[in-house]
Amino acid sequence: MHTFAELIIVLVILLDLALAVTGALSTCIRLVALQGVVAGLLPLLAGAGAPHTRAVLFAVVIITLKGAVFPRLLMRARDKSGARKDVEPLISYPASILLCLGAFIASSWLGSRLPLPQAEVAWIVPASLATIFTGFLLITTRSKAITQVLGYLVIENGIYIFGLALFVEQPMMVELAILLDVFVAVFVMGIAIFHISREFDHIDTAELSELNDWRRGEYGK
Amino acid sequence: MPLVLLSLLILLLSAALALCLGGKPARAQDAGAYGAAAASLAGLVPALNALLTGSSETLSFPWPVPLGSFSFSLDPLAAFFLVPLFILTGLSAVYGVDYLKSYAGKKPLGLSWAAFNILTAAMVLVFTAGNAVLFMLGWELMAAASFLLVLFEHEKPQVRRAAFIYLTAGGAGALMLMAAFCLLGAGSAALDFSSFLSPSRGAASAVFILALCGFGLKAGFIPLHVWLPEAHPAAPSQVSAVMSGIMIKTGIYGLIRVLGFIKPWEEWWGWTLLIIGAVSCLLGALFALAQHELKRVLAYSSIENIGIILMALGLGVVGVVCGADTLAGLAFAGALLHVVNHALFKGLLFMGAGSVLHSAGTAELEALGGLAKRMPRTAPLFLAGSAAACALPPFNGFAGEFLVYLGAFRSLNSAGSIALAGVVSGLALASAGALAAAAFTRAGGAVFLGEPRTARAASAHEAGPLMIFSMRALALLCLLAGLAGPFLLLPLGTAVASGFGLKAALGAAEAAAVPLIYVSAGGLVLLAMIALAAAKRRAFLGAKIPSEGPTWDCGYAVPTSRMQYGASSFSQPLTDFFQPILRKLGQYPVISEYFPGKASFSAEAQAVFYNSVYLPAGARIRDLAYRFSWIQHGRLQIYIMYIVVTLMGLLLWKL
Amino acid sequence: MEIIKPLLQYLAVMLLAPLLLGVINRVKALFAGRCGQPLLQLYFELYKLFMKTPVYSRTTTWVFKAGPVIGVSAMVTALAILPFAGRPSFLAFDGDFIFLIYLLGLARFATVLAALDTGSAFEGMGASREMQFAVFAEPAFFLGLAALARVTGHSSLAAMFGVLTGDLWRTAAPVLALLTASFFIVLLAENSRVPADDPNTHLELTMIHEVMVLDHSGPELAYILYGAALKFWLFGSLIACMVLPRHSGSWALDSGLFILVMFAVAAAVGVVESVIARLRLIKVPYLLITAFAFSALAMIFQMGR
Repeated sequence: MHTFAELIIVLVILLDLALAVTGALSTCIRLVALQGVVAGLLPLLAGAGAPHTRAVLFAVVIITLKGAVFPRLLMRARDKSGARKDVEPLISYPASILLCLGAFIASSWLGSRLPLPQAEVAWIVPASLATIFTGFLLITTRSKAITQVLGYLVIENGIYIFGLALFVEQPMMVELAILLDVFVAVFVMGIAIFHISREFDHIDTAELSELNDWRRGEYGK
Repeated sequence: MPLVLLSLLILLLSAALALCLGGKPARAQDAGAYGAAAASLAGLVPALNALLTGSSETLSFPWPVPLGSFSFSLDPLAAFFLVPLFILTGLSAVYGVDYLKSYAGKKPLGLSWAAFNILTAAMVLVFTAGNAVLFMLGWELMAAASFLLVLFEHEKPQVRRAAFIYLTAGGAGALMLMAAFCLLGAGSAALDFSSFLSPSRGAASAVFILALCGFGLKAGFIPLHVWLPEAHPAAPSQVSAVMSGIMIKTGIYGLIRVLGFIKPWEEWWGWTLLIIGAVSCLLGALFALAQHELKRVLAYSSIENIGIILMALGLGVVGVVCGADTLAGLAFAGALLHVVNHALFKGLLFMGAGSVLHSAGTAELEALGGLAKRMPRTAPLFLAGSAAACALPPFNGFAGEFLVYLGAFRSLNSAGSIALAGVVSGLALASAGALAAAAFTRAGGAVFLGEPRTARAASAHEAGPLMIFSMRALALLCLLAGLAGPFLLLPLGTAVASGFGLKAALGAAEAAAVPLIYVSAGGLVLLAMIALAAAKRRAFLGAKIPSEGPTWDCGYAVPTSRMQYGASSFSQPLTDFFQPILRKLGQYPVISEYFPGKASFSAEAQAVFYNSVYLPAGARIRDLAYRFSWIQHGRLQIYIMYIVVTLMGLLLWKL
Repeated sequence: MEIIKPLLQYLAVMLLAPLLLGVINRVKALFAGRCGQPLLQLYFELYKLFMKTPVYSRTTTWVFKAGPVIGVSAMVTALAILPFAGRPSFLAFDGDFIFLIYLLGLARFATVLAALDTGSAFEGMGASREMQFAVFAEPAFFLGLAALARVTGHSSLAAMFGVLTGDLWRTAAPVLALLTASFFIVLLAENSRVPADDPNTHLELTMIHEVMVLDHSGPELAYILYGAALKFWLFGSLIACMVLPRHSGSWALDSGLFILVMFAVAAAVGVVESVIARLRLIKVPYLLITAFAFSALAMIFQMGR
């Protein structure tokens, strides 16, 4: 069981690397969905002995949400806003991959320093911190609004895995709170993106930083 | 020991003789060259003796200089540096006779040979000095003599600029060295090396930093390297060979000596050396890939190899501090072996570049080509030197790097810090090796292979017989040193023991003995296979006569020599990828019409550190200094007032 | 010291290496719905080329003739170091894989110089790209071997692969899986397979390895083709040794199993070549950087244990 959990952690890290370098928006959405599903499977494998029914039910709910509902919402938001298929990164491929690797090294070092209870699977803390960093990377180095939502989802995946290091079976309240948070965020952002694109004809955050009055040349109107 | 002094004497006397015979250039050449060759032979004997027997000798004479004493010491570490010095200067002197023949009457050859011999004498002094004042005397003499030699073609403005930068760097380094020696010798009557006591922790770290910067300005680590790519190409080629081959190693020697004075070591010293060495070897190889003049390529390659030596030293220091004696021994052995190997193959390469410059009149890569047909004896020697520089078996460049790799791999199985050091050094070596291979295939290919790109290249002639002799000797030494690894282990062990302690030497000898035997065996097998394959090819050809034709040109009717891949096109994929580091300056044509007229394109690799770091810093310092220029206004009365005020102040202070 | 078994292994490799390329071509033909070349096609080609009279370009010198000779000699010497089925060959010593990497470097050096000797824009283009890919492939390969050395605790290739059995896979599966992936990508790049380079393309602007040998003919071309087959065996045997499940005591059984796995590796390469398209030349360094990332991940995982 533990080797499976370790392999899943490796898969999470590889998905982080893939997210850092993907160029196509739909692939990005699918990778985030896959990462959510994989993260959802983790508590079933990391615990000792057979998992409880409650945990299994929980995992099913999360996997459905992250694997089916969110990607569909995001794909619809992307199609409705008419965004281009490309992710438009602001830094080059080698730079992204080296930053991701560097983040993993830093997370490993940090993970050995944090005063946490000894986790059953060795690499949970570094993987979670690296996933959080990849989420930040997506938010700051991509110029579309949809990738910012994706970055937020990746950060949530990372926090979820980090929570796993602290409690093998998550208390239901904490998990429901996180899930509601994510759902609201995706829902709100989906609506917001649609409205932004309808107003400005695009969802490029670089262009969104210009104030409209100044562009028109009128002051105060 | 007395023989070393004898060789010093021969050098100084022949220098004086050459200076006096300045009027008759041929006589001056003979005096200088024979003196250098004789001195080299005389000096090799005690050096080899010290290495093989492991003995140290000292010799002192009375000297009325304050803080100084005329004391010499020849221990195996110094002898290990003296051997390549004498080999290289002897062969360079032989080379120089043919090389400088064409300058007879146009340039003062007597002065040039005198400076060459004084340079060699100064280096012998640096390696055998047993006292700090004597060491600095040799150091400054070295700087002065090489300055004169760099200024050989002083009518060219870029040569004057190069010499000025070189002198400034040397002067700054010497200042820092004097500060370091003062800190080391604080409290002792004479600054004798044997009387230096290990200073306190803070002072030791200060000495380390000062020595690193001072010796770094002579050895040429990044970021203290800006003078090297200017000065080494500007000097005549036999001088470049000596400068690159052995003069920059005096910095390494000094660093090893100072490290011996400030034991016990700290871990961050080792890591500093390791990081600076890794950065130097990577950036040196990268910059070499972007240069368009052959001697600049070789200069940056020297920076890369000095980086390798420094990295190996750092790895050894980390190993000693963390208690891994085998790693430390292997790393130190690799560093010292690379010192000798680099001297041999870099000397060969610079001599080859000199032959090209001499016969084609230019060393620009984009103006040469096809010289393998016009210089059939120089080409295989230069290509052999390139193979040695890329650390390819069976040549000697591989052996030194192999020892460092071996140390890095044996350290992988230990705990954290050592394993990390091993991974970093191994990775830097592998990457720098690949970049260096690209740089040397580019340089060798653009110069010797293909079709000549200009008329000058097409009319090149073969180099003189003495030049070929020196190059052949060095190439043979490169091959022998590559195949004779196990035999070099004994002198290497004594040198490591003398420089770094017995434990390291024993660890190295025990770990490296068997692998080196296999490496030599592998080299011999390779040579046997090459001979076998060549013989089989001859057998397959049999009596058939191969036909000749033009190179496949895809049916193009009029191929010209300008259409072949040039040096900058060869390196373009790599230099474009590393553009943020290389910061190539380019002028690209903007074509907007359908039938464009003439357009031109130019690309230049700039000296990144000089333009981005030193020039702005120099401008800032100059602006700051201008603020104080009001002190100097030229009026005599105010100057007298300054003197009076100072005297009154001193009087008041004393009361 | 044993002579018979290593000698038999050596001869087996020299004989079987061209068969691997035949397997790759057959698998590709299968995917394309063709019958394909005979499995022994490369042997026939080598024989034909050895019997031919070469044509030399007037621009070339001895470097052009020496390049293939040095290349194939370096490969044959490298074979003396390569382990076979986890067993050592003639020259097995601490740090032998460094010698191996630099022998490959010597072969590349000689081939590139021979290409530049022709004074042609095509060969120069191939040579430039070849050296560019080497700059990215060497650190990835080296870091992978370093991680392997740390996992197995030895620094000689034969010793490393002698320890690599199913038990080691059970305990260090992620590291070894990442290393196998990294080595596979390096194999594809170094042996000029899709997606790094297409061995069947005939457009000079898109070739890399093929264009470097455009002017060679006769025995020299035969040497080059044979050297390429040996190089493929070299990289393939690294992967085969990594995935070999167990070492029974019997030499014959192990060797038979190893040769079968080699054919499987060749078939896998054929499948990859048929399924993926060749990458844009700008993207090939990115592929190799991905291999470097895999090796680095494996190293970090191993250092953390």
